[in-house]
Amino acid sequence: MTVGTPKYRELGLTDSEYELIVEKLRREPNDVELAMFSLLWSEHCAYKHSRKLLGKLPTEGERVVMGPGENAGAVDVGNGYAVAFKVESHNHPSAVEPFQGAATGVGGIMRDVFAIGARPIAILDSLRFGELDSVRSRHLLDGAVRGIGHYGNSIGVATVGGEIYFEEPYEHNCLVNAMCIGFAKIEDMVRAAAAGPGNSIVLMGASTGRDGIGGASVLASAELGEGDEAKRPTVQIGDPFEESKLLECCLELLEKGLLVSLQDLGAAGLTSSAGEMASAGGVGIDIDVAAVPLREADMEPFEIMVSESQERMLAVVEPGRVEEVRAICEKWQTGSATIGAVTEGGQIRILRGDEVVGEMPVEALVDGCPLYDLEPEEPEGWIYGNRETLAAGASAADELLALLSAPSIASKRWAFEQYDSIVGSRTVRRPEQADAAVLQLPEAGNAIAVSIDGNGRRVACDPYRGTIDAVLECAQNLACVGAEPLGLTNCLNFGNPEKPAGAWQLDRAVSGLADACTALGVPVVGGNVSLYNEGPEGPIYPTPVVAMVGELPDPAQVAGNAFVGEGDAIGLVGPFEPNLAGSELAKQRGELGMGLPEPDIASVTKACETVRAAIRAGKLSSAHDVSDGGLAVALAECAIAAGIGCRVDLQHLRERGCSPEEALFGEGPGGFVVSGARATLEELGATLLGEVGGKEIEIAAGDRSLTLSLAEAEAAWRSLDLA
Amino acid sequence: MLIRPKEGILDPQGKAVERALPALGFEGIEHVHVGRLVELEAESPERLGELCEKLLANPLIEDYEIQTL
Amino acid sequence: MIWGVLQFPGSCDERDALHACEIHGDGARLVWHESRDLDGVDGVVVPGGFSYGDYLRAGAIARFSPAMEAVAEAAAGGAPVIGICNGFQVLCEAGLLPGALLRNAELRFRCHQVELVEEDTGERLSIPAKHGEGRYYAPEEMLDQMERSGQVAYRYADGHNSNGSLRDIAGVTNERGNVLGLMPHPEHAVDPLTGSTDGLRVFERMSKVGDFANHGLTKSPQA
Repeated sequence: MTVGTPKYRELGLTDSEYELIVEKLRREPNDVELAMFSLLWSEHCAYKHSRKLLGKLPTEGERVVMGPGENAGAVDVGNGYAVAFKVESHNHPSAVEPFQGAATGVGGIMRDVFAIGARPIAILDSLRFGELDSVRSRHLLDGAVRGIGHYGNSIGVATVGGEIYFEEPYEHNCLVNAMCIGFAKIEDMVRAAAAGPGNSIVLMGASTGRDGIGGASVLASAELGEGDEAKRPTVQIGDPFEESKLLECCLELLEKGLLVSLQDLGAAGLTSSAGEMASAGGVGIDIDVAAVPLREADMEPFEIMVSESQERMLAVVEPGRVEEVRAICEKWQTGSATIGAVTEGGQIRILRGDEVVGEMPVEALVDGCPLYDLEPEEPEGWIYGNRETLAAGASAADELLALLSAPSIASKRWAFEQYDSIVGSRTVRRPEQADAAVLQLPEAGNAIAVSIDGNGRRVACDPYRGTIDAVLECAQNLACVGAEPLGLTNCLNFGNPEKPAGAWQLDRAVSGLADACTALGVPVVGGNVSLYNEGPEGPIYPTPVVAMVGELPDPAQVAGNAFVGEGDAIGLVGPFEPNLAGSELAKQRGELGMGLPEPDIASVTKACETVRAAIRAGKLSSAHDVSDGGLAVALAECAIAAGIGCRVDLQHLRERGCSPEEALFGEGPGGFVVSGARATLEELGATLLGEVGGKEIEIAAGDRSLTLSLAEAEAAWRSLDLA
Repeated sequence: MLIRPKEGILDPQGKAVERALPALGFEGIEHVHVGRLVELEAESPERLGELCEKLLANPLIEDYEIQTL
Repeated sequence: MIWGVLQFPGSCDERDALHACEIHGDGARLVWHESRDLDGVDGVVVPGGFSYGDYLRAGAIARFSPAMEAVAEAAAGGAPVIGICNGFQVLCEAGLLPGALLRNAELRFRCHQVELVEEDTGERLSIPAKHGEGRYYAPEEMLDQMERSGQVAYRYADGHNSNGSLRDIAGVTNERGNVLGLMPHPEHAVDPLTGSTDGLRVFERMSKVGDFANHGLTKSPQA
């Protein structure tokens, strides 16, 4: 601590923010109050730099049951059932302690889902690290995967999908975004708003210790720099067994109608849960820290209020039903304590026994934080650097091998086999069996599909168009399994919004997200923002991770991404206009730069409908979205998964005006590789490419033709292994 | 109580640790085994052996040692 | 035939086991770990998961539950008992099956489809395995004895033993043959929509065990 620096600045508040607090309280805040404000007014909790932008996102739709503002979003899937979902980041803690950071990320997002009364049924995760030749990145990857596996497997929720990317800009700021899907009867769902002055506030779950104290404002609202080793004590430790008991307890309490409302404790612990519950309900709240079960004896009031100990939930309970609630907590061997009450008057009061140790208006704490306008300024050109890893003059076959073995493209089997992907018996498509995970919902009479995507590199090339591409990719993945999108959740991972280039990236990306969702008619039902992902080396790629949930009528009619039979025709459906801008090939050649072609949202949407209908009718043997590495990689992936080769000619594609190289390795939205009967493909208007067969991947592309043995291609694609 | 894998049982954890040591600059270390430590306060030492045999250790695969602190 | 599927704090696959029993054509219900009588069931499934968080040792705490005491009595009376994954670990800790399960040789949790060979028929089954502590161990003399008395029920097919289990053992029974433990999950191989249906064979085999009408499970232990 530097001599002379005011406490509020150490806690991350600006001078003017502090003055505003003093104005709202009509006096100086004491330590407890200062700690609470510093957390709820941090970027992580208040979204002060992004809130105004997020207003652009479309959030309404006839299938929306819960939208932004609740603990998780939810959509109606028929028969009285809803699917809840949300994605959240745990980037900064994971950079410091990857195992626990990723584990508690999973734990936290699950609590958001069961806080609205939905039983978690699936997890997906989107991870980004630096290149694998860095010891640090290998360590983070290993820890994060083990952490996700540890938490998800122990609690018995299937991890059914995700993505892992490796890019230098993430070296010092890894991204760990965790998504949870839940399932509930709409009538059993509950909101977070506290209600009923006189009602009791009950804290359930684990005891409260010093985990994560100062976590929110110290770690999440600041760039990680030198000395982040010293932040180690503030990383939270997760206990999936505790959460498993808490989850069953909460679901039973909700089923029995014993709770008025429920809220999970995450960033900023009791402060944010109590504050947000009170704010949503327009009521006040009293919290007695002396009644909070503690893990360490001598905690101060401010520590108790900001602790981020995991596996805790806050409930509002009618006084007459508190005993029943506590009995059920007892049955599930999870802790419970009455720690306060709902009040009138809109004040949040912190008591220690009879003594008032802190007090402020709920509105000031939760909604009083100033929201800032960004000052965006487009940067001059590419700010990220380039690294050449592919020898100039490499043959097309060698280029394909280099792409297949690129860690971002290669099979992630090493990782996903560490996850239980089948518990719950709903998983119809396991990781890498299809372009989206598919989960059956026999209770609702249908199934859902989920995909999570977010190519940060493309967004760096053009934040507006790149974000639209990400949304389109997600929709395409869903179409490949016959699913129609119902809703979207997003996690915006960006650098410092106070820098003009960072502001520009965020502003353009959110506009792209808004426009894409509006054009597709897919509402945004919730999400998360993680800013200041930046180090001395510079910011991460702007990475808006988007995840969509879609529904499909019949889980038995879901093709996979692998070719099925010798002799099947292979075709390309969709307005695919391959371009090397932002591509994996451009990256390996060290040729990345600004600019992306304009996506044709309407045509891509039409192609999604075509593929979706064909899949639902059982007309196609396989369907696979063209993404990283372009068409050659997509074809190779279909062949490797099937163990059957293919013979293909890209002549028709070249007639659209692209070079052989672009035809092979160019990327962009709107491409579906499908296989099936030739007549069927013709009916669909597919561009015929060739047929399935043999033990080689043969692609004719003018002077860049290639032939690769299936065995060699597979060896390259399966080369990612951290053993 | 110190609980360790019985002699002769494959201990991959111990092996993994042992293998990692030279790369970290530690030479001349072998026979690494990884076990568990349980600390507790008991009014009397009488039934601690029984506690070890029944719950804290699995006698088929583990040995244990009780130390009074 | 009604199966009782035990439920401990931390069990994960109990509902899957319930569902599998029903698909097989038997009745099934959940039995809470504190229940001292198994509530009129004819057989018991001790399911997979992480009972008590796998804390101390997998299955070490669950084995002391009142329900497990009742299971021991029922097993002694000849009732069929299937222990799956964590359930197998619980049965070994409880002494109802020989041997112990140790950490996978690769030191990693692994979820993947494996091929098993049914020891007495040579039939091959495709069943998912998902565990971090599935390496089967017993002292050599014990293993020899078990082989002699036909207690090895399933082995991993060639190339499918990824956890390092001795003698490729994937599943074992007690001497009498009414208690079976296996690491792979037959309850996750009963529906063509989610995988293979080879798991039904395991339930079929055990539902035929003994004359379950006379096991006296409907009476409380004291009677």
